[in-house]
Amino acid sequence: MFRIVEKRLLAPDIWLMNVEAPRVAHAAQPGQFVIVRGTADGERIPLTVADYDREKGTVCIVIQAVGASTRKMVAIEEGGYLVDFAGPLGQPSEFVHEDVEVLKKKRFLFIAGGVGAAPVYPQVKWMHEHGIAADVIVGARNRDLLILTDELRQVAGNLYLSTDDGSEGFHGNVTALMKDLIDNRGKHYDEVITIGPMIMMKFVALATKEYGIKTIASLNTLMIDGTGMCGACRVSVGGKMRFACVEGPEFDAALIDFDEAMRRQRMYRTQEQEADHRCRIGRGK
Amino acid sequence: MANKIPRVPVREQDPKVRATNFEEVCYGYNEEEARLEASRCLHCKNPRCVEHCPVSVKIPDFIARVLAGDMAGAAGVIAQDSSLPSVCGRVCPQETQCEGSCVLGIKGEPVAIGKLERFVGDWALEHGSKEPERIARNGHKVAVIGSGPSGLACAADLAKMGYEVRVFEALHKLGGVLEYGIPEFRLPKEKVVAREIEKVKRLGVEFETDTIIGRTVTIDSLMDEEGYEAVFIGSGAGLPKFMGIPGENLNGVLSANEFLTRNNLMKAYLPDSDTPVYVGKRSVVVGGGNVAMDAVRTAKRLGAEAIIVYRRSEEELPARKEEVHHAKEEGVEFRLLTNPVEILGNEEGWVTGIRCVRMELGEPDESGRRSPKEVPGSEFDIPCDTVIMSLGTSPNPLIASTTKGLDTNRKGCLVASEAGATTREGVFAGGDAVTGAATVILAMGAGRKAAAAIDAYIKSKNA
Repeated sequence: MFRIVEKRLLAPDIWLMNVEAPRVAHAAQPGQFVIVRGTADGERIPLTVADYDREKGTVCIVIQAVGASTRKMVAIEEGGYLVDFAGPLGQPSEFVHEDVEVLKKKRFLFIAGGVGAAPVYPQVKWMHEHGIAADVIVGARNRDLLILTDELRQVAGNLYLSTDDGSEGFHGNVTALMKDLIDNRGKHYDEVITIGPMIMMKFVALATKEYGIKTIASLNTLMIDGTGMCGACRVSVGGKMRFACVEGPEFDAALIDFDEAMRRQRMYRTQEQEADHRCRIGRGK
Repeated sequence: MANKIPRVPVREQDPKVRATNFEEVCYGYNEEEARLEASRCLHCKNPRCVEHCPVSVKIPDFIARVLAGDMAGAAGVIAQDSSLPSVCGRVCPQETQCEGSCVLGIKGEPVAIGKLERFVGDWALEHGSKEPERIARNGHKVAVIGSGPSGLACAADLAKMGYEVRVFEALHKLGGVLEYGIPEFRLPKEKVVAREIEKVKRLGVEFETDTIIGRTVTIDSLMDEEGYEAVFIGSGAGLPKFMGIPGENLNGVLSANEFLTRNNLMKAYLPDSDTPVYVGKRSVVVGGGNVAMDAVRTAKRLGAEAIIVYRRSEEELPARKEEVHHAKEEGVEFRLLTNPVEILGNEEGWVTGIRCVRMELGEPDESGRRSPKEVPGSEFDIPCDTVIMSLGTSPNPLIASTTKGLDTNRKGCLVASEAGATTREGVFAGGDAVTGAATVILAMGAGRKAAAAIDAYIKSKNA
């Protein structure tokens, strides 16, 4: 059992939780994820690590309540317990292993969409702690859905916001904002790291390919165990079958078959909608 | 004339009924049936059954006690050599081990040793063996990685010797393959697996779930920082294989591991489970081992027309005879000497069928099995909605890749001696992590051998 020491609402249906998990906090690195079950009948949900505090022994996760299991998870109050919290899983971000002096010479741009801002945060924070000022774009449908902007502003070189409806920052999507920065505002980047909805990452990757910028994407695929056992997370990267859970979740975005990945994500959609429907009965009473 | 009695048939759920539920197929013997069957044993002077048991259970001895009605005594005899009789009585391939070598089997039916072992094991679980005497702790700590058959057996033996044992499990439930792999209808989880684990807990063994060795914590930190003097790796063989044919990433293609884990560990077959599972109207399972039989029979129970596709003939099916027999009774169709070459899909990327070729058997290869060859121009399609790949599994490289000095072989299996010693001092291993996918009984035996080796190692170090 893993105690929720802090819980707060970041945006409608998007919750932040700080969870007591000393072993995970001790081992976690930027880019890795955890598998969480809120309740004993819940699914195993993969969630990317949003922050960790080795001294306090806590790990931060951000949960968007979209299905039956995540709804049950966010219904657990602060001080309550998550039944399972396993990790850290997957490979840490590639830059963690690189020479800091080399990294300092590179200009990084992080592009986050929606809840993707959560896993981007520990990466930008890691860079900040190592003396690297990375630029960050956070995009969302509207201003209410922009999350962790204050936290990111503390650690980013420049923070740029975009909303589809123009209610905050740049009016348009993250790809359009990136193009604007490069084409019109004299920005230059050596590497892009993008985390968010698959469709967003696909278009970021297509755009950066035109600019010839190396791009890394973090894939949120279907998973059960997260340790290489089930193979549900398999993706085609450069024409080869790779397991996102153990070889990823981050891959070279130019090589990812995003169309296949998006299609595979929908494998259980109809059934999940049914489960969600069951769960909603009685809500609001 | 004891051997004139025919083998006592075991009661089973009607095939038509059980093909629609997940209740256990076989009801097992009651006491009367068990004693009658026990009376068939000839008590050979040189019992070949014991010789052919991977852990040398004293079979005639325990059978004699069953005949005498001394079930506690029978349980005691088995416990000297096996820690999981209720499990092994259900899942061991008896026809190639004890029962396969029974003298009665030469002219007739062998003694139903497996069913008798199961009866004794279940009797012991039911009647709760008396609280174990308080075992004096010797102050030495041993870590066991994995709570499957080898880990449980190793942990139980070490605890009985007085060691402080902690078992680390990556998943949220204990039992390893007994929990995520073997279906409820073959091995009940609450009635058998949970109770066998409870027995190990009563010995004083501690368990920590959600802990992935190599990620959450490493073997080095267990030994250097947490004070474990020895480590046993029983992490199994959990990585699925795929064929590398076109169409394997279509929606509807899944590994047997995924399919079985969804159903067994996550209980997706229950209507109130949050975890989804999709089987479609027609499901093809590729492979012929026990896991393939488990997958195809699960697919059948979920309401699909279920088909096995296997490249060799019936004789070469690696699955236990009983599983094949049960699958056939339940209406599973077998397409033998058939090998997939491509999985077919529609524009939306969903499986619509599987393209296969017919095979014929050639000369026996080095393994003694006749190797299958494609019949040229014999392609044909089997329409289906899901394809479940059950081609065997290999060990997870995570532990080997994060532990210094731990060697693996070409197949990714840990290199270990007969007694379980790996290439790293103080680190032992056994079960599928060393052998590649094998049986519960072999894993259990390896766990017990390693426990003895760990005891000798710690004693010699502290001598």
